[in-house]
Amino acid sequence: MSEPSVSAGIDPHARQVRKFRLQDRFFHHTTQLFAFVVLAALVGILVSLTYEAWPSIKAFGPSFLWTNIWSVPDDEYGALAAIYGTVVTSVLALLIAVPISFGIALFLTETCPVWLRRPLGTAIELLAGIPSIVYGIWGLFVFAPLFADHIQPPLQALLGDVPVIGGWFSGPPIGVGILTASIVLSLMVIPFIASVMRDVFETVPHVLKESAYGLGCTTWEVARSVVLPYTRVGVIGGIMLGLGRALGETMAVTFVIGNANRINGSLFAPGTSIASTLANEFGEADPGLHIAALFELGLVLFIITFVVLAISRWLISRSMGSEGL
Amino acid sequence: MMSLYTRRIWINRIGITLSMLAMSIGLIALLWILWTLFSRGFAALSWDLFTQDTPAPGSEGGGLRNAIVGSGLILFFSMLISTPIGILAGIYLAEYGRVSRFASFTRFMTDIMLSAPSIVIGLFVYALFVVTTGGFSGWAGSLALALIAIPVVVRTTENMLKLVPTSLREAAFAVGAPRWQVSLKVTLRAVKSGVVTGVLLAMARITGETAPLLFTALNNQFFSTNMSEPMGNLPVVIFQFALSPYDNWVNLAWGGALLIALLVLAVNIGVRIVFRNKVKR
Repeated sequence: MSEPSVSAGIDPHARQVRKFRLQDRFFHHTTQLFAFVVLAALVGILVSLTYEAWPSIKAFGPSFLWTNIWSVPDDEYGALAAIYGTVVTSVLALLIAVPISFGIALFLTETCPVWLRRPLGTAIELLAGIPSIVYGIWGLFVFAPLFADHIQPPLQALLGDVPVIGGWFSGPPIGVGILTASIVLSLMVIPFIASVMRDVFETVPHVLKESAYGLGCTTWEVARSVVLPYTRVGVIGGIMLGLGRALGETMAVTFVIGNANRINGSLFAPGTSIASTLANEFGEADPGLHIAALFELGLVLFIITFVVLAISRWLISRSMGSEGL
Repeated sequence: MMSLYTRRIWINRIGITLSMLAMSIGLIALLWILWTLFSRGFAALSWDLFTQDTPAPGSEGGGLRNAIVGSGLILFFSMLISTPIGILAGIYLAEYGRVSRFASFTRFMTDIMLSAPSIVIGLFVYALFVVTTGGFSGWAGSLALALIAIPVVVRTTENMLKLVPTSLREAAFAVGAPRWQVSLKVTLRAVKSGVVTGVLLAMARITGETAPLLFTALNNQFFSTNMSEPMGNLPVVIFQFALSPYDNWVNLAWGGALLIALLVLAVNIGVRIVFRNKVKR
């Protein structure tokens, strides 16, 4: 700081202002530093996962992604089965969750009585608050047995002989498997997709909807031909958000997917996902290629979800006209 | 052949009915899960749950004391790390975020971190912390959970600060307050309860997180308050016990799941009730 003899000559107000300016600069940089922590974490994840996965990246090259082997005794690893399981469960989960979320958002914004909107909206949000491990044990102990006894056999009887899709429903009805994981996942992502859809539906100008109603449109027609086209971008963003969530979901999937590291054409068969392979094997992995391969799986998962979530956020923010959320 | 008019009416009725059906599917799922949790969880609830440690495989009795205490400690320290970082970063985004490119970039990345797979965060902390410090520990668990909580705190803090009327900030600036005083003593104070809400929601979010603890805090079947050692915690205990062949362990898993769910739901519902009253006033 400046010497007392010099500062004594300066107007005390000017000194105060200078002190404030210094403090403000300090404040700016401190808060910026903490904001930087988030970015550093993201970069750190990429760098450290790549570093730890390096032995596996070097050993298997890009073919890691499309090789269908996962053999600890032979030290041969390929991610195809895990990627297949991750993608199939997530896509199926979306096929179930998207129409239901659309219905929920439509109901909450258009037909629901006003006094019921808040409690019902809260109920759906609570579904998002339930920890994933709770979905997991519910899925394993309650849903899977019920599914094996009362849903899989009739489904098999109904569709088992249909060409092509019959194979999807073949195999013993054991409850756990790809389809069960997809259904549990769909319940978990519904609240995320539904709440984005509800938020973007509310951005539709009333004038637009009222003009359509004025022309004699029904509620359904307004939803289909006015609300949905107007909010298309945001709706897709919401779906991508659900996809990002579903891809990375670990505990619930680990409980109900069956954890078999192979690809089976049937949806009733047990499978695995990237996240569930990590949860099951990482704790007991041998140092060396096995753990490196698991790190590479994690890296693959992180990159896929990062891209999906980035697209989702970009679409949602474009649709909401601000930064989203 | 029905007229176009009747057809449109019917399509509308079917559409609306389907949307109500969708709503009821959501509600049924919620009630079904909660009902299962309460009926199975209450059966397992007893004093022993809080006073006894986790039992050895196949033995009777026992509780979850070590896991409850461990979870509490891990949660406490992760909130201790994430709260100041999250709030200060949130202030930065709200104060300087309107003009700075760096801030909008950070905001975008924070939103991605909000939904990033938690198991990958576990891997990261394993590589960064467990490998370098030479073992699983409660600290590693806290660090992993803090990384998940930070984005939640950042975004709620920022959103709350944005609700402060510009006139309030201008009034503070007009009397000559420097920016940091305006931020900390005027705007942050105005939305104090909102920021606390964000912290509570972040805590609720990480209470049930299991995946990042698997390779960080690991588990410990004995009572321990040493954060440098592997530490028992509810989510991992639930995971191990639920998948075990022992009825007693499975029962304890349900009890633990009920405890976690009760805490999470209480925070979520409590926050909403408090906020609704605020809005009404």
